[in-house]
Amino acid sequence: MKANCWFGRHDVRVCEVADPQLLNPRDALVRVRATAICGSDLHLYDGHVPSMREGDILGHEFLGEVTAVGSAVESLRPGDRVVVPFAISCGRCFFCQRGQWALCDNSNPNAGLAAARHGFSCAGLFGYSHTMGGYAGGQAEQVRVPFADVGPLKLPEGISDEQALFLSDIFPTGYMAAESCDIHPGDVIAIWGCGPVGQFALRSARLLGAERVIAIDREPARLSMAAAGGAETIDFAHEDVIPRLVETTGGRGPDACIDCVGLEAYGRGADALYDRARTALRLATDRPTALRQAVRACRKGGIVSIPGVYGGLVDKLPLGSAFAKGLTFKMGQTHVQRYMRPLLQLIQEGAIDPTFVVTHRLPLEFAPEAYELFKHKRDGCVKVVLIP
Amino acid sequence: MSSIDATEDLAAADHPGPEVNVGQLERAVSITLGTALVALALSRRRSAGALTVGVFGAYMAWRGARGHCALYELLDTGTAGDDEDDRLAAGGHDDVSVEGAITIARGPEEVYAFCRALENAPRFLAYVESVRTLEGGLSRWLARTAAGTPLEWEAEVLEDLPGRLFAWRSRPGSPVHHAGALRFQPAPGGRGTEVRLDVEYEPPGAPIARMVARVFGSAAEYRIDEDLRRLKQLLEAGETPTTRGQPQGCLPGSAPAAT
Repeated sequence: MKANCWFGRHDVRVCEVADPQLLNPRDALVRVRATAICGSDLHLYDGHVPSMREGDILGHEFLGEVTAVGSAVESLRPGDRVVVPFAISCGRCFFCQRGQWALCDNSNPNAGLAAARHGFSCAGLFGYSHTMGGYAGGQAEQVRVPFADVGPLKLPEGISDEQALFLSDIFPTGYMAAESCDIHPGDVIAIWGCGPVGQFALRSARLLGAERVIAIDREPARLSMAAAGGAETIDFAHEDVIPRLVETTGGRGPDACIDCVGLEAYGRGADALYDRARTALRLATDRPTALRQAVRACRKGGIVSIPGVYGGLVDKLPLGSAFAKGLTFKMGQTHVQRYMRPLLQLIQEGAIDPTFVVTHRLPLEFAPEAYELFKHKRDGCVKVVLIP
Repeated sequence: MSSIDATEDLAAADHPGPEVNVGQLERAVSITLGTALVALALSRRRSAGALTVGVFGAYMAWRGARGHCALYELLDTGTAGDDEDDRLAAGGHDDVSVEGAITIARGPEEVYAFCRALENAPRFLAYVESVRTLEGGLSRWLARTAAGTPLEWEAEVLEDLPGRLFAWRSRPGSPVHHAGALRFQPAPGGRGTEVRLDVEYEPPGAPIARMVARVFGSAAEYRIDEDLRRLKQLLEAGETPTTRGQPQGCLPGSAPAAT
């Protein structure tokens, strides 16, 4: 089969590889109908995630048709159309039982590596480095899905592939980020980053009853997409973000701040230059420009919600400000399984149509070009769907 | 060094008071050299450093007389070879002991029963290939080292308290020394069972290599965590996660391969 494989920094190629096989009783095989490139795939593409190996198959956002199931899978049968969560969960450990699916104890074959790095291991992820399990990903014609009796959601008629595809990651991720803000009537939510997750976060914040949503980016196409979703916008290339937020909220500051940027932030000013120098010299791994602004801007007693990915060490995080203002931090990988059904229902009810975010559709063979397009945000690129 | 009920029995040959861990020859050298240093220090009382030399000499002499070295104890080594052989023969070993703990979301009885069926051991203990239960509480173990050398030994049950404790060791005279104990205890708030695994084994290699392993640690701790993790995965998820056999890309020129 064909698969998009990682070979190094800014080097992905579509290769002919062996077809996947059932390896465990709870596995299923899925023939991929649609897959997407996630913003977090760019962290792999830019070489920011350790423990990638040459030839690793990328991709954790995919949807397809079940072609085979292992002996222990009773909930699926060949022919079912399913969308698959990016995190792999056993469904039976302490964390899965509490709905904290992304913290699954039992799905990472390389749990020792992850524990050495983070103290404990979390769920294995599709196509996201060997520390996260080394699972072959879904930017391929076929993919093996472990614990297939837990994660995949069977899709009803009347929902298109493209409408359901983003239930695998970015819609639940944006939604959980907004839900973490504990939105009350009158709340103003500020969102850094108008990429795909930011787009879903701002729409979710509106759905959850936020009075105002303020979206921050510098890409005109993304800012206008945010405005179309009901957000006010700040272009950080032309305005100082924090004074503007303070002014527009009547001096209170946003009630909650969402960092949809993560470890590769772009910024202006001395601190952004400092981060670029530190990471270039390998003195720090992450560039937390957006997170710093979120902490500074947030109102007293507010919430900072972090769906953006951080991988390692962050320098000069104003923890003193966070402490002084009594902020609450909420973060982590998304518990996708918790949100798939309710969000599918929102799509069915017409409350949101996730296809708004798709700007480019390409055959899987064009994955390398698609990564370049998405990385450099050329041609107004916000989200690329690849069709095998 | 872990201490658990069952493995303390193994060390029943321990001496009262400080253990002799310095060999005969080294004790004589220690006494002679120590006494000489004290004499030297006394003859040059006014010179700087005499006090240090004197104290050091006194310690060396005392160490030789007692036959116990605090540094050796710290490093868990020694030069008292004959004594060590005696202890090995008596069942007290100069072994490496590793321990680990994990919580499994299943009741103590179920976890105990799975472990007590020794045939399950190869499913979660690294290097163990098969275990066969024999008559009279004995079992026959077949393992293979990382280098591929087969090892075979018989083990006996030391202690067996259903739902609480299970301990075993290789029979005296076995080519391999291996002892272990699994303890099971209900985790609070219905979280299942806290499982503690203690394993003692004779580390391979020369004494110097063992000493290095003790000072700087070895991969053993990592492996016991992996053993416990597999046990948990089997009991909770019913299988151990794997990627062995999945496809992987390769550059033009080399044949497509599966990992």
